[in-house]
Amino acid sequence: MKRIDAVYHVRGEAEFVDDAPRPAEMLYAAVFASPVAHGAILSLDTAAALALEGVAAVYTVADIPGQTLWGSIIADQPLLAKDEVTYVGQPIAVVVGKTAAIARQAVNRISLQVEERPPVLDPRQAFERGHIIGSPRTFVLGDVDQAWEQCDLILEGTCDIGGQEHLYLETQRARVIPQEGQALRVYSATQNPYAAQRTIAQMLGLPNHAIEVDVKRLGGGFGGKEEQATLWACLAALAAWRTHQPVELVLSRQEDLWMTGKRHPYISDFKIGVTQEGKILVYEVKHYQNAGAYADLSTAVLERSLFHSANAYFIPNVRISGASCRTNLPPNTALRGFGGPQAMFVMESAIAQVAEALGRPRGEIQSQNLLQLGDAFPYGQRLQTDGVRQTWREAEHIYRLAEIRDRIAQYNASHFETKQGYAVMPVCFGISFTATFMNQASALVHVYTDGSVSVTTGGVEMGQGLSTKIANLAVKAFGIGEQRIKIESTNTTRIANMSPTAASVTTDLNGQAMLLAIEQILARLKSVAAAQLGVDDPDRIAIINEQILYDGQPTDWTWDRLVATAFLTRTNLSAHAFYATPGIGFDRTKEKGTPFAYHVCGAAIVEVTLDCLRGTYKIDAVKIVHDLGRSVNPLVDRGQVEGGLAQGLGWMTIEDLQFNEKGRLLSKDLSTYKAPDVFFMPDEIAIQFLEDMENTTGPYGSKAVGEPPLMYGIGIFFALRQAMRAFKPQGEFAFASPLTPERVLCELYADELKEIAESIS
Amino acid sequence: MTGQICFLLNDRQVCTSQAPGVSVLTYLRQAERLIGTKEGCREGACGACTVLLGELDGEQVSYKVVPACLLLLGELPGKHLVTIEGLNQAQLSLVQNALVDFGATQCGFCTPGIVVSLTGYLLAGGTDISVAGIKQALSGHLCRCTGYAALQRASAALVRFISQHSHASISDLIALTLLPDYFQTIPARLRQLPKTPSDNGQTSPEFWIAGGTDLCVQSGPRLASAPVRFLSQFREMKGISRRDGQIHIGALTTFAELAVHPVIRQLIPDIQGYMARLASWQIRQQATVGGNIMGASPIGDVSNLLVALDARLILQRDGQRRTVPLQGFYRGYKDTAQHPGEILIEIVVPVPDPGVRINVEKVSKRLSVDCASVNSAIAVHCESGIIQTCSLSIGGVAPIPLFLKQTSAYFQHKPLTKETIQGAFPILQREIAPISDIRGSAIYKRLLARQLLIAHFTQLFPELITVRDFHETH
Ligand SMILES: Cc1cc2nc3c(=O)[nH]c(=O)nc-3n(C[C@H](O)[C@H](O)[C@H](O)COP(=O)(O)OP(=O)(O)OC[C@H]3O[C@@H](n4cnc5c(N)ncnc54)[C@H](O)[C@@H]3O)c2cc1C
Ligand code: FES
Ligand code: FES
Repeated sequence: MKRIDAVYHVRGEAEFVDDAPRPAEMLYAAVFASPVAHGAILSLDTAAALALEGVAAVYTVADIPGQTLWGSIIADQPLLAKDEVTYVGQPIAVVVGKTAAIARQAVNRISLQVEERPPVLDPRQAFERGHIIGSPRTFVLGDVDQAWEQCDLILEGTCDIGGQEHLYLETQRARVIPQEGQALRVYSATQNPYAAQRTIAQMLGLPNHAIEVDVKRLGGGFGGKEEQATLWACLAALAAWRTHQPVELVLSRQEDLWMTGKRHPYISDFKIGVTQEGKILVYEVKHYQNAGAYADLSTAVLERSLFHSANAYFIPNVRISGASCRTNLPPNTALRGFGGPQAMFVMESAIAQVAEALGRPRGEIQSQNLLQLGDAFPYGQRLQTDGVRQTWREAEHIYRLAEIRDRIAQYNASHFETKQGYAVMPVCFGISFTATFMNQASALVHVYTDGSVSVTTGGVEMGQGLSTKIANLAVKAFGIGEQRIKIESTNTTRIANMSPTAASVTTDLNGQAMLLAIEQILARLKSVAAAQLGVDDPDRIAIINEQILYDGQPTDWTWDRLVATAFLTRTNLSAHAFYATPGIGFDRTKEKGTPFAYHVCGAAIVEVTLDCLRGTYKIDAVKIVHDLGRSVNPLVDRGQVEGGLAQGLGWMTIEDLQFNEKGRLLSKDLSTYKAPDVFFMPDEIAIQFLEDMENTTGPYGSKAVGEPPLMYGIGIFFALRQAMRAFKPQGEFAFASPLTPERVLCELYADELKEIAESIS
Repeated sequence: MTGQICFLLNDRQVCTSQAPGVSVLTYLRQAERLIGTKEGCREGACGACTVLLGELDGEQVSYKVVPACLLLLGELPGKHLVTIEGLNQAQLSLVQNALVDFGATQCGFCTPGIVVSLTGYLLAGGTDISVAGIKQALSGHLCRCTGYAALQRASAALVRFISQHSHASISDLIALTLLPDYFQTIPARLRQLPKTPSDNGQTSPEFWIAGGTDLCVQSGPRLASAPVRFLSQFREMKGISRRDGQIHIGALTTFAELAVHPVIRQLIPDIQGYMARLASWQIRQQATVGGNIMGASPIGDVSNLLVALDARLILQRDGQRRTVPLQGFYRGYKDTAQHPGEILIEIVVPVPDPGVRINVEKVSKRLSVDCASVNSAIAVHCESGIIQTCSLSIGGVAPIPLFLKQTSAYFQHKPLTKETIQGAFPILQREIAPISDIRGSAIYKRLLARQLLIAHFTQLFPELITVRDFHETH
């Protein structure tokens, strides 16, 4: 089934926040942000900005009537900086003017004096100084300390993992329209309408009901608009509330790049112990998460890192610990995978180190230690599927892994200047918000008297295909045509207290809520039908293709007639329903429980060719076996797998987020921050879905798909590493990402690099 | 109607009195509220703002695909500007249908631009339409959602479909629903448009605009209110020819034209392969050779090549011409020997001796549509294993595109051996002075300089020397 919104997309008619017709008196906002990473504000002079023709106002923290600190988990972040600045890009003032160009011009006229302090940018250094957000956490399984004694080989290492820019094509934006009294209507490009609503309310000292947040669609989110969209919505709301005029705030690409947080860089120390045969007996890891200046979602991201630190492997003795370290970077935040990718990268690095030390193929060590049905995770839950081993075996079999290995070995024997490599990347990703309370959703369904249907859920369409899948589910549940269904914007007045659209669970939660609402309406309609048909048992009535069937036999009743009759017989044609994922829970005092409704598993083979003279590389193929459950929409799901993969491959290789020693972003535009383009991606991407895998949680047995495929991209690091080792078997290669052509070349030519350094000194 | 810029916008004629330096993207979104054209970067790097620009070319109108953020209103007089709205028909177009059918849209923000590019490719492609070609048309687009796989499937299907139908004329393309029928009327309507020059004719404007691909990114907001002049009105500054033992390249020659011109291909057989890695397909139709030289970027890919080829610049002011060797033209970072008000008319390259082999190298973080960390070119003549002449240039390791004078001289009359090349390493390292920046650390760029030197010789003389030779211990 095609996407329900694709026609609008291709015609350029899909409406984003600033595409809607503009109220004539609308003002435009621009943000003045800190140019330094750390310091005390000595003075702020906005007079010259105010004096500029066309400028309506300049607002600072002093103009906020209510709470000035915000944050969904820990409210520690100033909406506008007051006495001190703690990262480059931290908002200090918001200017509103007749046009965005005027507002930006005015921003340039604001002068700020700061007494600079040295910034802390390294998470380990922050940790040592005690700059920690929340508390460090530790998960333990087995008896780690005694397990080392049983090992034949113990290895230690460190991973230095880079961050990642979201690069949603639509930058952050919001438009706020004052309503009667104090109320505001907020159009925000947010994954988290309720967070925008409650934060604006708190900022203005108003009840939540005064703020209506409406979201039609996002031009991509990827986690970057889960927590971080709130700030921009708040600043626009402050200006609209103060001026009593509509205000629009749209970040330029460059502003968005330097003012918003990204995927967390990690430094992680690992220690692994194995038997001579390669059985992993014990694994210990410490994650130093670079959280940036404020809490944001960092503690939750860290928690997911702890959950996924052993990835798809069973290890009997594990100690996983981590801390969110406060640094002077923009607050880092959710990005597809949410801490899982970093943790899995460390695990895969440890395995690579073991394989290299034992002189065995990495794949052998991996496959020998894969989780199987019933195995315990370090957090106590047991794996309820054999998907890990099944997808690995399938990938090995259908893509003929042995042949790939031999072909590459032959290639490397006969080529010098270029080398090839491959790696298998297994993924086992837990589905649910790890904060159990968030696993709730509601939906509102109306059937109109003409038989058309309106569906609102708490989920946000951000490209992931939520609306399409929700519509597909509604079609199936009601038994009516697709053209009957309209998926409405996400709106805090229609759906209260929604969880953010995140953690891959939005279709699961909101789909189930909607199915419950449809069930209610259907039960009422079937009663009407039973009465009209003069039969007793409404359960024997079904609706298929808009036909009312009794015991599977057509009647002369249709959907239209039934709905019209139901209305005249005073039947409630609307329903609101609520869903909460059953059977999950996690005890943070013990760090044990059942945090996940289920796990999504898969395996990917990544093949590369490396130019060993220039350090550049090409991805030859990616071949995936992925467990989807019973897909609601294979077209949408395939798109999620391919898109996630691209983002993962980019994160590991060319997406090179760089800050200078003063905490200023160097990769500050799209000519310096490179994400995958069409030529970066391989021509061959094979995807095989494992079908009919059991899943009782997802709607109609479907499974979440958003995040897990990103982690297939990790395979490229190890494929490249293999190619590098083929060129330079004795080389020492760091577990540092992104593995840019620069890093590759400098590692392949470490000796020559030294010679050059000496020759010029 | 003086001072007005008149053009066809989709199916209607418009005249605007906005300044010629105003960006078309701003104009479309602010003044026309044609919101299908999206802003994703304003630096030509995402393609979300892509539009078609049609120009009379004899009886026909020829269309090219341009990012609206790199296009200024002053380029529009007498032309046909087509946005996504101007491609919409009652039913979905051929391209739109393909993207829908293959599930090639996710968030949809990049989509309108991609529809425009694919349409533009199929429209301009004539008989050359191919799967490899349409992939080039996607090269100017960032799509963060799809990973490009569905886009490629849809594009390949389009190529297959179009190839099976006649698609030579506009009416064919209308019949195939690639274009709405009003396209039929455009040539006649364009002929009737007043074609007033849109700049104020000042001889020394603040900005001379060639393709605008560099200028709009560097100085975008300032152009709207500054005096600007458009070089595109000087048609004589286009084209490539060979006469009197010299190759003449008009300053307005685009990257795309340079890549396919027989004279250049004769000189550098793999020029197409090299040019295909510069900028994107869209930008290569717009970016000029002259702009690359005058922009004076130390990593200009065309200027770097021309330095090695010992090109001369013909500069002109007030009708006075002078010739300046490119090798001495750059004086410091973005500082050249250009006199105020001077424009570059053409570039003259002496045709090298028959035995000269030319190689160009470029290493960048992303293989395509990325600026070089280091680029380098060589023109070398080797006979019976002895190097006769050698001319080397390198970019990214100095404030300017650098002619490697000493390294080039060193090679003269030396045997082409590993030892000779190794002997050049210290000279090379003394001649360059890279700094660390986002494109690489200083030491990495030094290493690249070494590697690219090896690459030049092993590419050009595989029969004499290979990469492996440099790894064998004696
Ligand atoms: C996305 C993107 C990718 C790019 N990739 C590459 C790349 O891979 N390699 C590369 O080298 N460049 C690249 N560029 C940079 C740019 O496209 C080139 O430098 C191009 O050659 C500039 O030409 P232009 O005609 O657009 O110049 P313009 O922008 O019009 O002008 C550039 C400068 O030169 C001056 N100028 C132009 N022509 C003349 C003339 N005839 N006489 C006097 N002054 C003149 C202008 O006044 C201006 O100062 C890229 C740009 C973008 C936006
Ligand atoms: S806005 Fe990105 S190319 Fe124009
Ligand atoms: S569909 Fe979202 S960027 Fe392409």
